[in-house]
Amino acid sequence: MTRESLFNIVMMSLLILFPLWAWIADEPFMITLATKAVILALAGVGLNIALGLGGLVSLGHAAFFGIGGYAMGILASHAQSYSPILESPFLIEGTKSMPVIWLVAIISSGLAALAIGVLSLRTTGVYFIMITLAFGQMLFFFSISWPAYGGEDGLPIYVRNGFPGLNTLDPIQFYGICFAILAVVLFFCARLAKSPFGLALNAARQTAERVETVGISPYRLRLAAFTISGMITGLAGALFADLNRFVSPTMFSWQTSGEIMVFVILGGVARLFGPVVGAALFILLEHLLGGLSDYWHIYLGLLLLLIVLFARGGVIGTFAGKGANHD
Amino acid sequence: MTKVILETRGISKSFGALQASKDVSIDLRAGEIHALIGPNGAGKSTLIKQIAGSLAPDAGQVFLNGQDVTALKTAARAKRGLGRTFQISALAMEDTVLQNVTLGALGAGASPFQFWRAALDDQAMRAVAEDALQRVGLQDHASAMTAELSHGQRRQLEVAVALTLKPRAFVMDEPMAGLGTEGSKRLTVFLDGLRAEAPILLVEHDMDAVFALADRISVLVYGEVIATGTVHEIRTNPDVRAAYLGDEE
Ligand SMILES: Nc1ncnc2c1ncn2[C@@H]1O[C@H](COP(=O)(O)OP(=O)(O)OP(=O)(O)O)[C@@H](O)[C@H]1O
Ligand SMILES: [Mg+2]
Repeated sequence: MTRESLFNIVMMSLLILFPLWAWIADEPFMITLATKAVILALAGVGLNIALGLGGLVSLGHAAFFGIGGYAMGILASHAQSYSPILESPFLIEGTKSMPVIWLVAIISSGLAALAIGVLSLRTTGVYFIMITLAFGQMLFFFSISWPAYGGEDGLPIYVRNGFPGLNTLDPIQFYGICFAILAVVLFFCARLAKSPFGLALNAARQTAERVETVGISPYRLRLAAFTISGMITGLAGALFADLNRFVSPTMFSWQTSGEIMVFVILGGVARLFGPVVGAALFILLEHLLGGLSDYWHIYLGLLLLLIVLFARGGVIGTFAGKGANHD
Repeated sequence: MTKVILETRGISKSFGALQASKDVSIDLRAGEIHALIGPNGAGKSTLIKQIAGSLAPDAGQVFLNGQDVTALKTAARAKRGLGRTFQISALAMEDTVLQNVTLGALGAGASPFQFWRAALDDQAMRAVAEDALQRVGLQDHASAMTAELSHGQRRQLEVAVALTLKPRAFVMDEPMAGLGTEGSKRLTVFLDGLRAEAPILLVEHDMDAVFALADRISVLVYGEVIATGTVHEIRTNPDVRAAYLGDEE
């Protein structure tokens, strides 16, 4: 077993043991913190497919996070007010069912990623970063100026959505749902990295010319990666909205895009558990330092700087050494 | 007449004031090795890039199996049977040797849009990949990281990746460069046999290899083909001797 897989197992155990401890010790706030970490990790895992495997530096992943969030907000708010979303030409009603909301979040953020990908993946480097940022900002301003769903003030949801057979209002049960989703997605990502698609995408990041020369279009690979990436981040957005029972334009902001990227870089780009470690560290720092100073982001920035300068593989790279993002 | 597999008609390309290809028309026939020689900066790689599709010509066409592929992208040309090796190795350096050849096998056969099963567990693809490694003599390095290969081994890997595609025509840009005497000799023997599978357009500076292998030779000088002929014809051509071979004998 490699040091990295050992590290991953430890991380996974922590994600099980810490909330269990909090549950037994009756510390619901700690469970909520863990839930937040797991959801943000999921958003980062989504970005990591584009960024880590595909080398696509997207500064617009808040777009998908926000779309997932608003998918939840819109569906749940209509269910809560018993008013249909659409009456003609056919009836679409709101819902409080988590699985349905997730599905809508995944599909709508996937479609958005496909569209943004088509328009932005012809460019590379700084232009790609700027175009993805611009799309994120576009949705941000759109959400602000759309009064039907709260506009600038955001949209509160008064009840948590339901999952068959579970009490989602119980913090530990909601945590269980989020953790299970993260675990499933991580498993999928581990497979993806070794699949023919992962092999080709990873090669296209290193040398697009080679990939073309064997008859594969790098553009199509990247478009598929960007879409899958957006779907996962969108799902995280829906869960995040459910955690807070609130959606607002902040989910679309470029700061959100930046934070998702910070998780990935902190933990280790292209490492399966990179975003998980990154998001956990982020939440930990926010909790510890946020109490000391309103300007805790300065310390975060400092840490990020140190990592970028001295530990290119992020936390995982430092612990587990250089290497095998796939062996 | 033997069948023409690959052909350029009137290819021209300029970089600003520099004309790197001047009305180049050459062809590659079934079963042959057609060597393309010429001094540094003559425009050999530029021509290869236009044939492979990574550089668009200003004028002229490229035909593959009788079809005009000038408008097609690199990937589409590869799908139609064009196998290329690079003058400067273009390999996924962070991947293993086996992963690099498997990529070739993937492009040739299966779809890359498979998200679940491990690529290296696919027996059919693996067989193609391992066979290609075997043929170039890299079978013992399958699990080595590509970045750790010697220069010569990377050149071999370039050829192995091209083999996985089972191309209808090869275009090779200086496959012997930096191989050393032993390596060049081995690759010469290998290419000699390979022409029976698919003809090779071979850009090469190693004149021993060229004279040993070529059925025909074209000489490119300042972007222009100044002569095409058999080894004997080229060696005795006064223009060629003046422009390129003169300093050799
Ligand atoms: N993208 C480019 N932009 C400008 N000039 C270029 C470009 N590519 C090639 N050239 C120029 O075109 C000429 C032909 O270059 P090319 O690489 O085709 O030569 P070559 O025959 O392959 O030489 P060598 O034997 O050194 O590999 C050179 O003068 C080179 O500097
Ligand atoms: Mg050259």
